[in-house]
Amino acid sequence: MADIVIDRVVKEFGSFRALQEVSLTVNDGEFVALLGPSGCGKTTLLRIIAGLETQSSGRVVIGGRDVSDLAPRKRRLAMVFQNYAVFPHMTVFENVAFGLRMQKASQADVRRKVERAAALLHIDGYLDRYPAKLSGGQRQRVAVARALAVEPAVLLMDEPLSNLDALLRLEMRTELKAVLREAGTTTIYVTHDQTEAMGLADRIAVMYGGKIDQIGSPLEIYATPATRFVGGFIGSPPMNFIKVRCAQGKAQIGAAVLPCPVAGGDIELGLRGEDASLTADGAGIPFDVRVVEPMGSHLLLTGSIDGQLARIVAPPTAKVDAGARVGLSVDPSRLTWIDSGTGRAMART
Amino acid sequence: MPARTSWIPYALIAPSVIFLGALFLVPLVQTVWLSVSAGDGLSLENYQRMAGDLNFSLAVSNTFLLTLVVVPIQVVLALAMATMVTKLDKGRDLVLWVLTIPLGISDLAAGLAWLALLQNTGYLNSALYALGLIPGPTGWLSQETPWSLFFAIAMAEVWRATAIVLVILIAGLQLIPKEFSEAAEIFGARPWTRFRRITLPLLKPSLQSALILRTVLAFEVFAVVYALGGRNFPVLAGEAYVWQNDNQNYGVAAAYAVLIMAISLAATAVYLRVLRTRPEQLP
Amino acid sequence: MTAATSKVLEPGRSTTLPSARRFLLWTGIVALLAWVLVPIYFVALGAFGGRLGVFRWPKSIWPTDLAIEPMMQFLTIEGVFNALINSLIAAGLTVLFSIALGAPAGYALARYTFRGQNAYRLLVLLTRAFPLAILALPLTVSFIRLGLYDTPFGVSLIHTVLALPFAALVTQSLFMGIPREYEEAAWVFGCTRFQAFMRVVLPLALPGLAATAIFAFVISWNEVFAASILTVRERTLTAYLLRILSESPLHYRFAGGFILIIPSVLFIFAVRRYLFAVWGIASK
Repeated sequence: MADIVIDRVVKEFGSFRALQEVSLTVNDGEFVALLGPSGCGKTTLLRIIAGLETQSSGRVVIGGRDVSDLAPRKRRLAMVFQNYAVFPHMTVFENVAFGLRMQKASQADVRRKVERAAALLHIDGYLDRYPAKLSGGQRQRVAVARALAVEPAVLLMDEPLSNLDALLRLEMRTELKAVLREAGTTTIYVTHDQTEAMGLADRIAVMYGGKIDQIGSPLEIYATPATRFVGGFIGSPPMNFIKVRCAQGKAQIGAAVLPCPVAGGDIELGLRGEDASLTADGAGIPFDVRVVEPMGSHLLLTGSIDGQLARIVAPPTAKVDAGARVGLSVDPSRLTWIDSGTGRAMART
Repeated sequence: MPARTSWIPYALIAPSVIFLGALFLVPLVQTVWLSVSAGDGLSLENYQRMAGDLNFSLAVSNTFLLTLVVVPIQVVLALAMATMVTKLDKGRDLVLWVLTIPLGISDLAAGLAWLALLQNTGYLNSALYALGLIPGPTGWLSQETPWSLFFAIAMAEVWRATAIVLVILIAGLQLIPKEFSEAAEIFGARPWTRFRRITLPLLKPSLQSALILRTVLAFEVFAVVYALGGRNFPVLAGEAYVWQNDNQNYGVAAAYAVLIMAISLAATAVYLRVLRTRPEQLP
Repeated sequence: MTAATSKVLEPGRSTTLPSARRFLLWTGIVALLAWVLVPIYFVALGAFGGRLGVFRWPKSIWPTDLAIEPMMQFLTIEGVFNALINSLIAAGLTVLFSIALGAPAGYALARYTFRGQNAYRLLVLLTRAFPLAILALPLTVSFIRLGLYDTPFGVSLIHTVLALPFAALVTQSLFMGIPREYEEAAWVFGCTRFQAFMRVVLPLALPGLAATAIFAFVISWNEVFAASILTVRERTLTAYLLRILSESPLHYRFAGGFILIIPSVLFIFAVRRYLFAVWGIASK
């Protein structure tokens, strides 16, 4: 077991800066998800931790050992790849045993550890098969078993579920969480899927444009996004951003008046679709509904507030028609106020 | 890509670069040098001797004629073969194997195979005799019958080297998604139109490489000609061989070599220009 | 390329062909098959028919009075066996050199981005626009000086020039077809670069490398011009046959032609699955 310290890591590809001074500490046994859209640098960061990519500057310290200049094989970690990278010319057993064989473990040791990892991931039935005969989900299990068999101090996972179909992904996610909890391995998990990150991680680092925008528990990230990007990226529907003008500490939208964190000037109001509720009498923030989508568990209303696009979640039984104007009430403590210039959230009052 | 080990790719390509430098680029320069040096200085003497040789103009015209006849036939035949093979649903692998056998056959062996067929007492004459068309063994491959000799050589070349065009075209056809043709069919295009408007344009890169490969090799043609007609049918590479081996005159042989290279390069340039595909037109 | 090539061409939408057109199609196919096979058949008859067979008139197209003796007789002619051995040595060395030099280059092209990459590719492609065998002409002099003239080794060098660009391009796409992640996984799980190559990449590339080797063999085995220029006594089979062409009896020529054809046919059979992938790549 080990902690990971990423210290001001920079990665440049020619003149392009893929990572700009990223720092991150992952505690021993912690599960951290690197979440962000494609091209945000999350995979690059993971590959730098693995040693598959070399940082332009900065350090990577694993368990107190500076591994910045070490080859991948010397970093005592394991990795699960996006396309599994299960070797097609080896049986499942040999795949799972691969890392142990490279460590020159004894035959008995190999057998014992392979069997344990295989049992953990329920692939003990196919140890003699070749990967070509396995389904995507089974190959994924082999990849995870191979990583866990070496009992690594650190486990890196690069979008491991992205090639599975939706149902299988849900199933694997649950199972992965249970297995990793039991193993207690320090894990860094790269994903672009927020539900995966939310469901699995102790903490989420949201990355954007080669930087970590925010790091925190899933709930923190959801409830108190640090930037406009985080608010818009996390949650479904994404957070709504309404430009408002503050005067004397108050912002007025239609007939509704909200308390502002600044005295005056232009500012953005971040509002989660779930945090607004329809008022019975049509009072409050006016919302012009354009499209109503019944999603089963809720209604998704798309329309505009003060001429700006907004999506609101309403109870499935609500009676709303497209084209209607309804009123919304909000809890001021659940609002996020964003500085239009910097895109950063303002301190909460 | 890992930047840490940037010397690795250079170490990996270095042996082949050195090798190609020593055995491709150096001889290339040497050939040109040899062709323009005579006695103690630079001169075009070798070229003059080459051009003044009795066989020269015949070799040039024969080589060109052979290339102009053989290469188009090969392309058309290969296209026909490819189209037919794609229509097969049984035995496709076997048919393809047989059709590609000549790919592995040397031009010398091809010439000899056709010699068995076409020699005086060969199978062609036997068949013609049986049909009552000729009175007895007849020569087709002598100096007195230049056209039938030419025809025989062309046949042997088509027989031998259509396979390579076929393979390149089929490899190219595999890259064309079936959906294009199907979409055209839905919009009412008939098979010939689909072939002409969809398949052929998308096949252009493959056609280009097949044509370049075949044309360069056609200007090198040599052993087929020798096997069938000896020196009765002079060609450029054959003349180079004779000047080098029999006359021991390396300068004139080099002049022939330069001429062949110049023609090959020119042909390649023409194909690259005429059959160029803009990258944005590729699927 | 390993997976894709096993099925050459997806079955078309041909199952609906009306029977008249199907008949026409098969007639055409049979004609094409005959076109390819008949000359081979006749040269085989010539090779095993002996002196009498060659001059029999008119000939029967059926294999009458064939015997193994004419072929054995041919093989025992002075120089033939030696030429056969020389051809095998030259082809073997060509395989060795073109793989040893071409595969690392192919790996570099497949796995690395480096300055000069395009220049290298250009060099490789440039070889295709030249009639390479012709380059044997000036090499005569330097080969004599270096003691390489009239050796199968010398012949194999020029044959490697023919086969190397091909080997580099084919192995490049071969290695590109093996996902990088396999290697990276091997590195992460404790392999050095070399170990990862030997344990993961090589086993997966082996069938394709074998096909490349066979192509290199055929290229050398069949080459006539350079082999004839660079040898006098230690001729390869093609060079030997070319030399004796004008003075040897017909049935010897047919026997020689037949021997030249046999390995090619077998080789093409052995690599038939790779044929289209290999040429699709090599002709890009």
